Amino acid sequence: MTSPAVATSPRIAPSSASRRRATRVQRVAIPYTMLAPAIVLFVLFMAAPILYTVVLSFQTVRVSGLGLGAADKKLIFAGLDNYISALSDPQFVASVVRVLAYGAILIPVMLGLALVFALLLDSRRSRATKFSRVAIFLPYAVPAVISSLLWGFLYLPGISPVVYILNALHISAPNILEPNLVIFAIANIALWGGVGFNMIVIYTALRAIPSDIYEAARIDGATESQIAWRIKVPIILPSLIMTGLFSIIATLQVFSEPTTLRPLTNSLSTSWTPLMKVYRDAFIRNDIYSAAATSVVIALGTFALSFVFLRIVQRRAFGQEDS
Amino acid sequence: MTTTPLRMPATDARRTRSRGAERPSPVATAILLLGALYCLLPVLWVVTASTKNGAELFSTFTFSPSTHLWDNFIALTQYRNGLFWRWMLNTAIYAGVGALVSTFVSSLSGYVLAKFQFPGKGVVFTVLLMGVLVPGVILAIPQYFLLAQIGLTNTYWAVLLPQLISPYGIYLARIYAAAAVPTDVVEAGRTEGAGEFRIFLRLALPMMAPGLVTIFLFQFVAIWNNFMLPYIMLGDDHLFPITVGLSGLLNQGATVPALYTLVITGALLSIIPLIILFLVLQRFWKVDLAAGAVKA
Repeated sequence: MTSPAVATSPRIAPSSASRRRATRVQRVAIPYTMLAPAIVLFVLFMAAPILYTVVLSFQTVRVSGLGLGAADKKLIFAGLDNYISALSDPQFVASVVRVLAYGAILIPVMLGLALVFALLLDSRRSRATKFSRVAIFLPYAVPAVISSLLWGFLYLPGISPVVYILNALHISAPNILEPNLVIFAIANIALWGGVGFNMIVIYTALRAIPSDIYEAARIDGATESQIAWRIKVPIILPSLIMTGLFSIIATLQVFSEPTTLRPLTNSLSTSWTPLMKVYRDAFIRNDIYSAAATSVVIALGTFALSFVFLRIVQRRAFGQEDS
Repeated sequence: MTTTPLRMPATDARRTRSRGAERPSPVATAILLLGALYCLLPVLWVVTASTKNGAELFSTFTFSPSTHLWDNFIALTQYRNGLFWRWMLNTAIYAGVGALVSTFVSSLSGYVLAKFQFPGKGVVFTVLLMGVLVPGVILAIPQYFLLAQIGLTNTYWAVLLPQLISPYGIYLARIYAAAAVPTDVVEAGRTEGAGEFRIFLRLALPMMAPGLVTIFLFQFVAIWNNFMLPYIMLGDDHLFPITVGLSGLLNQGATVPALYTLVITGALLSIIPLIILFLVLQRFWKVDLAAGAVKA
């Protein structure tokens, strides 16, 4: 082994020459051997399940005769039938609309707060920044199930501090777990868990801005808030876009929070979100074929949104390496 | 001629402004502290609530503590012969072992993708990166049916194996390897006649170490957080991670309210190790998604 200092010597020349002499086979075999664990895992646990879902989504079971014996059940090609029934299922449509509404409530509030907190952390006029940063980021360490559980109890009228205070003031408190409000209850749980992570992402981007840019602005008489909105926000815009896209992807997959809250309220149906419906169809109704079609629809919807993400990422990220 | 006299007030103005800029702003600090309070409130609640018995839970004020913490702790520990601690151990296995192996696989792949030129590299990376976009929870159901065919459902493997591949980890590792491992060092290793895998283990891996901690933390939290996969894969509650276990306990609580205090005490005990881990490794959480950079 050699130290990094030796590495900068002109001895690179013979080594790259010897590399050129290496057989073509070796040049391909070595990287692929080293990539093998990732490729095998990817094929087994990502590619194969996706392929399997697609195959299932085009199949269905036709029951003939009395439908009692195994021989009476036949797997047949269903064409687009599963897709048509998935897309025309009012429960599915309702769950998609619900999740979109949930995202429309959650994402602007979460990213708005994350941006405000990050800018305040970065501002020279704020105090208690270290404590606030750790405290706001802390919920990210709490799994969604546990945070749903904590908030779920805090929502119960017998425990809720808000209800306690309102009752003390003789004001009748609304029950946040009732059907019309439960969407806010779940959005609050996701907000609690997510605002700190997004804040850290934005804050990291802010810290990367060279401070002489601000000095120039300050000499020109810009105030701290002008610097924040006119200089900092435009520079970190890509980070905001990324956090937005990741939030959209996460929103479409919401499952843990409503599933955990269900024992505490009657307001959440088993098809409250698209993924809850997929779970119910696959495991409670044993209809894996229509569950598969619904999964594909959700995945395609996610992909459509994520395509934008890939375009941004690939253009921005890999300028620094030798190609 | 006009510039010289004008410079003086400009410099003065800057001096006063920069002094003004450093004057603390009570509003800014108050907003941050309100945010901190909002984030700490449920944690504060779970600490006080776990000191209450079942009756006090719904009768005394939300944040007033009581004296039953030890009783609750004993009751939870005795619940079905220490099942709770089994769940904690399982979680440590799933998240700890899973994240460790996953980080190794990610770093190896990221290193190869950053430092080797070979045909098909672009395709391999693009396909792997597309995995970032595939929601893990959508994979859980077909993974269940595929693993069921080889009889691996309802085992530790069912939860461990699918989470070893982390496209996001590979993506981060590639960026980190490109930035932290100089090509010269790799070349020098080759000149010395070291094998490629040895170069990776002995030279590249230590250089990538700070970034690897971040990848580890990401995967650790991802596995710890993943509720749907173990929820689907496992039937035997001795294999449950803490999340699925507590969720099930809450479910039973709907009919047996005495279980509520167990759920709350369990929630407290389960987040303590995470919060400690989190505070200790705090400096590794520096994530720039847009630049894709991990700055440690």
